[in-house]
Amino acid sequence: MTDTLSTTAAASAERTKRIRAGLRKRHLTEAIFKGFGLGAIIVALGFVTLLFTDVLSKGIPAFTQSNLHLSVTYDPAVIGVDPAPVRAAGQSDADFRAANLKWQRDVALLNWNKVVEASLRAAAPAGYDIDSRQILTIAETNARHQIRDLFVADPSLLGKTIEVDVLASANADNWVKGNIDRDLGDTQQQLAPAARALIDTYEANGTITSGFAWSIFTNVDSRAAPAAAGLAGAFMGSLYMMLVVILLAVPIGVASAIYLEEFAPKSRLTDLIEVNINNLAAVPSIVFGLLGAAVFINYLHLPLSAPLVGGLVLTLMTLPTIIIATRGALQGVSPALRQAALGMGASKTQMVFHHVLPVTLPSILTATIIGVAQAMGETAPLLLIGMNAFVASVPATPLDQATALPVQIFLWQGNENRNFFEARTSAAIIVLLAFMIALNAIAIFLRTRLEKRA
Amino acid sequence: MNSFIIAALLLGLLGLAYQTGWSRSRSLATPNGVKVHSRPQYHGSLVAIWTMIPALVILALWGYFGPDLTRSFALSQIPAATVQSLDQMGLNNAFLRLQSIASGFGVTGELAPYEQAAGESLRSFQLMTSVVVALVAIGAGIAALLFARSRITARLRARNTVERVVNLALLACSAVAILTTLGIVASLVTEAYRFFTFINPLDFFFGTVWNPKFSSTVEGDYGQYGLLPLLSGTLMVAAIAMLVAVPVGLMAAIYLSQYAPRQLRAVAKPIIEILAGIPTIVYGFFALITVGPFLRDTGAAIGLNISATSALTAGIVMGIMIIPFISSLSDDILNQVPRTLRDGAYGLGATQSETIRNVLLPAALPGIVGAFLLAVSRAIGETMIVVLAAGNSPVLRGTPLEPVSTITVSIVNQLTGDTDFAGPQSLVGFALGLTLFVMTLLLNVVALYIVRRFREQYE
Repeated sequence: MTDTLSTTAAASAERTKRIRAGLRKRHLTEAIFKGFGLGAIIVALGFVTLLFTDVLSKGIPAFTQSNLHLSVTYDPAVIGVDPAPVRAAGQSDADFRAANLKWQRDVALLNWNKVVEASLRAAAPAGYDIDSRQILTIAETNARHQIRDLFVADPSLLGKTIEVDVLASANADNWVKGNIDRDLGDTQQQLAPAARALIDTYEANGTITSGFAWSIFTNVDSRAAPAAAGLAGAFMGSLYMMLVVILLAVPIGVASAIYLEEFAPKSRLTDLIEVNINNLAAVPSIVFGLLGAAVFINYLHLPLSAPLVGGLVLTLMTLPTIIIATRGALQGVSPALRQAALGMGASKTQMVFHHVLPVTLPSILTATIIGVAQAMGETAPLLLIGMNAFVASVPATPLDQATALPVQIFLWQGNENRNFFEARTSAAIIVLLAFMIALNAIAIFLRTRLEKRA
Repeated sequence: MNSFIIAALLLGLLGLAYQTGWSRSRSLATPNGVKVHSRPQYHGSLVAIWTMIPALVILALWGYFGPDLTRSFALSQIPAATVQSLDQMGLNNAFLRLQSIASGFGVTGELAPYEQAAGESLRSFQLMTSVVVALVAIGAGIAALLFARSRITARLRARNTVERVVNLALLACSAVAILTTLGIVASLVTEAYRFFTFINPLDFFFGTVWNPKFSSTVEGDYGQYGLLPLLSGTLMVAAIAMLVAVPVGLMAAIYLSQYAPRQLRAVAKPIIEILAGIPTIVYGFFALITVGPFLRDTGAAIGLNISATSALTAGIVMGIMIIPFISSLSDDILNQVPRTLRDGAYGLGATQSETIRNVLLPAALPGIVGAFLLAVSRAIGETMIVVLAAGNSPVLRGTPLEPVSTITVSIVNQLTGDTDFAGPQSLVGFALGLTLFVMTLLLNVVALYIVRRFREQYE
């Protein structure tokens, strides 16, 4: 008896031990598995953090910009030009414009660099030894255009001295910000020693100051004057495209979702439309660019690089998203609401437009804004319809040449002036992300607000 | 009479028509107890629809034929002898000059003897035709308005007609999706066909050398257009992306749906989904500036020679982009597995991870495979990350540490800024696009099929 008892006890102790060991192993596996899960979350969150800190830390310095405060003298000895033409009686518009253009050409042909140089020298210590070419590398090359344009706008400036703020050149800006290693030898420096020393002098006497870089927002892109390159043109281009997308994609998308969800008979045609929309949603964006290039540009001869064409391409791309989201919203409406409307004698159309649609409006609106925001971040299809052309003007109509914000980022990242444009590109990315976050925030705000009311 | 004024006139007419129909309907006498069938706004809308149709048809016709008419009138004003002395270019210039004179802006320099008079008559012609067209359009609109008004009776089923028109408009909007697909297929197929008249399809699909020549001194030598280097690059980048995205995305979905406390889930899920909303150009820049140099330096530290722009760089960053896609799809699919299956496993004494690995995942497997395929199709079609970070080197290579090129990169390279589709150099973009389209379409169809089959199991 005791024997068997002890063997059973031993066996059970043995079993318990085995189970304990097994359990320990199983719990270890459990912990490891859970750890992997947590690890995956940490990795994913880490990527988000890394991406944002990377872009922010690189881009934020670009929002500060070095400016030169110069006293510009419009010396008649340097600016020898006839007075601006006045319109004579009976002169045709075309003739007056020609005369005016001739005067402007004369003004443009003047050597405005001399004026810039004189102003720069006036701010330097008396008799500072530096040659003209070197001193001009301190101011951005668009300074002469800025000073010239002031004169064209007001020819009476001749002989006067005015205070003008011009941008420091990209190299000077980098030097002031300390992006350039000051210990490098002269051969590796972009700026001559005399220019570098003069920049330091300017900084000490207050000619150079750092300020918020408004020019990023107010200027258009520039090749010759990197420090003056801005996002205004790209921003307008994006805005026009957004306008086209909102005007076309939203009504068409919502209408076709309503048709498919509420009216479509189950037929081969509507089946085809459904399958089509699901497939379109998964077509790579660059294929829409090919469509745009072949149909809108090559066949319909719409203008190259125009926001209208970009907007049309993005519209076709966004449509499936809006349709699918709207259908989801319509499906969510309770059947009781529909039956109540029909029961009160509303026709089917009235039921949809008077009762179902208003209830779903918040979700449709949210989905639409998010769809539009996604379209705004798209780059690849725009490259194929020529929106990566260099455009140095703000587009006045949707038919003018333009770029878009993401395309501007693409153009800037390829700029050879690396150490300056890396920051510029990150700054543009910050603007784009801010734009998109703002759109998403609006969507969320509208949804919560409208849903509370409904 | 510019288009702005015409639009304003039309809008005014539209309002007038609606108002007419509305007030007519309100004033209907209802003899011997017959009720008016439709409410006034439907009568108004019906009259407005009736009014718009003829006016818009006339304006559309003028928009189509008008410019040609104006041009031939202007050219008829130029003396026949002058016309004969001019070539096509010269005629265009003469027409443009006449137009500027007619617009009142004038031209610079001396006028040819006939020009002033011709410009004046062109001006009056333009003014007259636009006034006539506007008047005819508005007149037709008003006639239609009066006709429609006369038809309004108590029994008129205005609502039904208006609703039929609305339905037609809705159907037309739905057809846009079909038209888009047709447009994509038609443009890809016709242009790719033109490409294949230059290059043998066999050379394209099975060629191992990608070397398109843009300018060639030898007639008929367009270079080599072998797809395989691009295909291998595309698949390599996509495979690396999946190696990053699937484990991270799947484990993140499992942790968030099964383990995570509610607060963590509420915070982590939207943050991960932010990754899905970031424009791909931003990822491309991130790969180029940060990830590429980091990989290169890490490789140098352990004695590996990794290029800053390589399949690895592009693949890893593309994987990051796809994480939220995998995680949110897997999350949905895991949540669809019935509770009873899970509770059964717990009842048998399984730990949570055992339940997940042996019960949940096998049950969700088809759905996850579907999500996986959708993600692959996304990775294959992704453009900006590879344009910036893959290095664009279209050579068949076995290692992911070197630069590669992909189908999408080559489309961008061949077609950017070039819309003269005359030679195979740009037409190849469409052949590549067709390949890409077919590949992603197949992947999507299979994925959707698998996902749908799976969903039906529990319903």
